[in-house]
Amino acid sequence: MHEMSLAENMLQIIEDAARKQGFTRVKTVWLEIGQLACVEQESLRFGFDVVTRGSIAEQARLEIIETAGQGRCEKCEQNFPLAALYEACPECGSYDVKVTSGDGMRVKELEVE
Amino acid sequence: MCTTCGCGTGQTLINGKPLHKAHRHSGPMHFRAREVDADVQGVSASRIVKLEQDLLAKNNGYAEANRSYLSAHGIFALNLVSSPGSGKTTLLVKTIAALNGSLPLAVIEGDQQTDNDAARIRAAGAPAIQINTGKGCHLDAQMVGQAMRQLGLQDDSLLLIENVGNLVCPASFDLGEAHKVVILSVTEGEDKPLKYPDMFRAAEVMLLNKCDLLPHLEFDADLAIEYARRINHKLQVIRISATSGAGMPEWLEWIKDGCRNAVAAKQHVA
Repeated sequence: MHEMSLAENMLQIIEDAARKQGFTRVKTVWLEIGQLACVEQESLRFGFDVVTRGSIAEQARLEIIETAGQGRCEKCEQNFPLAALYEACPECGSYDVKVTSGDGMRVKELEVE
Repeated sequence: MCTTCGCGTGQTLINGKPLHKAHRHSGPMHFRAREVDADVQGVSASRIVKLEQDLLAKNNGYAEANRSYLSAHGIFALNLVSSPGSGKTTLLVKTIAALNGSLPLAVIEGDQQTDNDAARIRAAGAPAIQINTGKGCHLDAQMVGQAMRQLGLQDDSLLLIENVGNLVCPASFDLGEAHKVVILSVTEGEDKPLKYPDMFRAAEVMLLNKCDLLPHLEFDADLAIEYARRINHKLQVIRISATSGAGMPEWLEWIKDGCRNAVAAKQHVA
């Protein structure tokens, strides 16, 4: 379950920001997760709750913003929504598809005190 | 396991010794936060802080440092990933035997527990270091960087990294390798690439292993390859059997090509 590592990374990003920007409590975390990212959201929520215990982000609300997957066909150059990595180009049927967005995981912003 | 958070970080061992990794749960931050909380009780001054930071940025930073070191020293590094039981270690042992000292190489072995695999590699005649991830399900770039330093890699050599047997988690963690090589064995299902697409997307090469067993199975090798290429159109495939030796020449030639290119790229940079 690599979600625990991802949750730890999230906390580290938050703590680094706290040090630089001088806040002492985190109330909300907005996390952007692409539809095609290799992560299980419920496991990530569990991991976040566990790793933030006793930290400045204890009991912070985790708001997950899901972004849609987008693909580009390398053959016919069509851009299209991509719901899964095994989908073909809806125009020409080619599997030569490049993921152009929706595969990332980013801490977007925090509500802090 | 770390008793603060339940993560596996505290259990990572390299050749049986703890990985030197800052473990943030013991940092002063927790205490400071509570003190300040008490001071500002009753005052609510929320603000929004914009971050836009990638969750994998830290790992990717370590991976880039590994990659720079490897390319500056002409070292061709491969990250071997698969489900448990696909035959990774046997394939490595046979690869080491077949290379027969023709190029210097070293192995980093990743497993949750035991140093059995590193012992198998050493018995095959190659230097090996074992990373035990404890409860961790994948190698990360920081662990691999430390193992690289402990191994003392030779210039112009081959580094084989056998990841923890897991077809999901290692896909997300760049180690600084030149290529991920995914191993699928014919005793698994043909549709594994569709079920676990991230790994097949992250890899540049797929070794279809245990091909000597095909006559005894109903596994459709062409279909498995077609599925893998739906995920990754450019995936290079080598049908191989570590046991019978079928496909080994093609695999060895691909490795030697990679090593030659790594050395040439180093000279080009210099």
